Amino acid sequence: MGLFILRRLLMLIPTLLGMSVLIFLMLRLLPGDIVDIIVGADPQADSAARQRLREAMGLDDPIPVQYVRWLGDLLRGDPGVSLRSGKPVGQILWQSLPITVELAVLAVLMATVVAIPLGVISAVKRDTGMDFGARVAGLIGLSLPNFWIATLLLLFTSTQFGWVPKTRYISLFDDPLGNLKQMWLPAAAIAVQLMAIEMRMTRTTMLEVLNQDYIRTARAKGLRDQVVVYRHALRNALIPVITVIGFQLGALMGSSAIIEVIFGLNGVGYTLLQAIFNRDYPLVQAAVLYLAIVFVLINLVVDVLYAVLDPRIKQA
Amino acid sequence: MSQVTEAMTLGRVGRQVRPWWALPKRWRNPIGIVGAIIVLLTVVTAVFAPVIAPYDPDAQDHDRLLPPSWSNLMGTDELGRDTFSRIVFGARVSLQVGVIAVVIALVVGAALGVAAGFFGGRLDAWLMRVVDILFAFPGLVLAIVIAGLLGASRTNAMIAIGVVYAPAFARVVRGSVLSVMSEPYVEAGRVVGASNARLIAQHVLPNIVAPLIVMTTVYLSSAILAEAGLSFLGLGTQPPEPSWGGMLNLARTYMEISPWMAIFPGLAIMIVVLGFNFLGDGLRDVLDPRLKMN
Repeated sequence: MGLFILRRLLMLIPTLLGMSVLIFLMLRLLPGDIVDIIVGADPQADSAARQRLREAMGLDDPIPVQYVRWLGDLLRGDPGVSLRSGKPVGQILWQSLPITVELAVLAVLMATVVAIPLGVISAVKRDTGMDFGARVAGLIGLSLPNFWIATLLLLFTSTQFGWVPKTRYISLFDDPLGNLKQMWLPAAAIAVQLMAIEMRMTRTTMLEVLNQDYIRTARAKGLRDQVVVYRHALRNALIPVITVIGFQLGALMGSSAIIEVIFGLNGVGYTLLQAIFNRDYPLVQAAVLYLAIVFVLINLVVDVLYAVLDPRIKQA
Repeated sequence: MSQVTEAMTLGRVGRQVRPWWALPKRWRNPIGIVGAIIVLLTVVTAVFAPVIAPYDPDAQDHDRLLPPSWSNLMGTDELGRDTFSRIVFGARVSLQVGVIAVVIALVVGAALGVAAGFFGGRLDAWLMRVVDILFAFPGLVLAIVIAGLLGASRTNAMIAIGVVYAPAFARVVRGSVLSVMSEPYVEAGRVVGASNARLIAQHVLPNIVAPLIVMTTVYLSSAILAEAGLSFLGLGTQPPEPSWGGMLNLARTYMEISPWMAIFPGLAIMIVVLGFNFLGDGLRDVLDPRLKMN
């Protein structure tokens, strides 16, 4: 197992390097000049001052040189300074990460608790009215934009209970109850779609597993239906579902940006959006790379977990 | 007994008698049909928007923030524009962005996938490595960054969504091409001296269409959602053009006075996306040979 993990970790290196090249090129080759953005509001900046700034920032060097310098800084743990606030980029991201992570974990938990039982019921009672209802509900859940759900939830809570989202993040460790009060609504808005995806996946894999020979054997030796379904079928059916859940966790690093905006939560997605609007290039670069690294690492954990749960994978 | 003999003499044993108007059995998936109807209605709405919409979608000639009534079916917005007319015209934006973005993804992805699968070797290895790297980014983040950096506009939103979806198409196309390439008819084509272009056009492409149709339908729904999301964030279609995502974003400011503004655009997005998802579900039953056996 140790070797397997090590091999996967080593395989990450080219991927991460490729990602960093891509991010860097994207920001350099797209239209817009960083210098214009920095001095944009300053009418006194003449071309000589611009040139001095360009040289100071090393923008006249060839792009490969700039890339190597940026990567070197990154590896030394210095992703640069925000053009907007002047704060170190690393610090800004470090502060916003817990919010995004908590939101993702909470949403996935909410979704899973509902989705897996529903998926199992739908598969076991296949082609009944209940199955049909669950399938249609799944497709509807898949089609609901989470930012609409979020808007409606806010509308409902503010008109019915006068509840308004707090703009300052309450840490889970300082005040667990206050934190959950703040976070459950945005998490619920995200959870609806995840729930639909997980439920459909559970249903599909359950149907596949229920057709297997070992299920027939289990039934034939007289085990009760419940034991067959939960102990034999569900355990095997859950393996692909876990992959999906892991993938959702990863994708939520950043795709929760819209929800963070709606609820005024200062997470990584929100930070990234603001950085884009402000053309704060160092922050954009670092935030994208940061989200991508977390995404890739979560995928790695999922792969490893998969191998632990399904010994057949390891040999491949 | 006599009935059985009668049926046998008439030669109808084992044959389904189906009225001429009924669809073949495997086309009769109610979910798929509902989806097809929704999609068709959306297309009709988009095409005939000027006929269907009772008012000019940009004309500010009503009272502001009116609730729904017979003269303004969905009420009016903060500038006194008719919400129903804007929703109708918004169908154009949604479909246009969705279709063009997916076409970009399809063309780029299919070209890369066919090249990788057909020629194999080093080209395949390199192309797939790039695809893997693109896959390693969370999709929406990539779309936000591309759309944001190119500059917020509808065209750039289409490009961003297309770029983000292209790797997925490349992967599926490559997989299908690889499985088709091992078929005897491709081999036979090669033996009789068909050129690569002819092999691709005549033998490979026609045989990978089925999975692509399903995939395109499903991605159309997510592209429409993505456009709405980008416009909601101010990175897609710009006001005053009516886009559902943008309308929803504006509605947040006024929703306590006029909740209608927040309800109808979201409903429109949901129904259209649902239509494409239903259609995709139905098409999968029809076109995916793996599931046909059930």
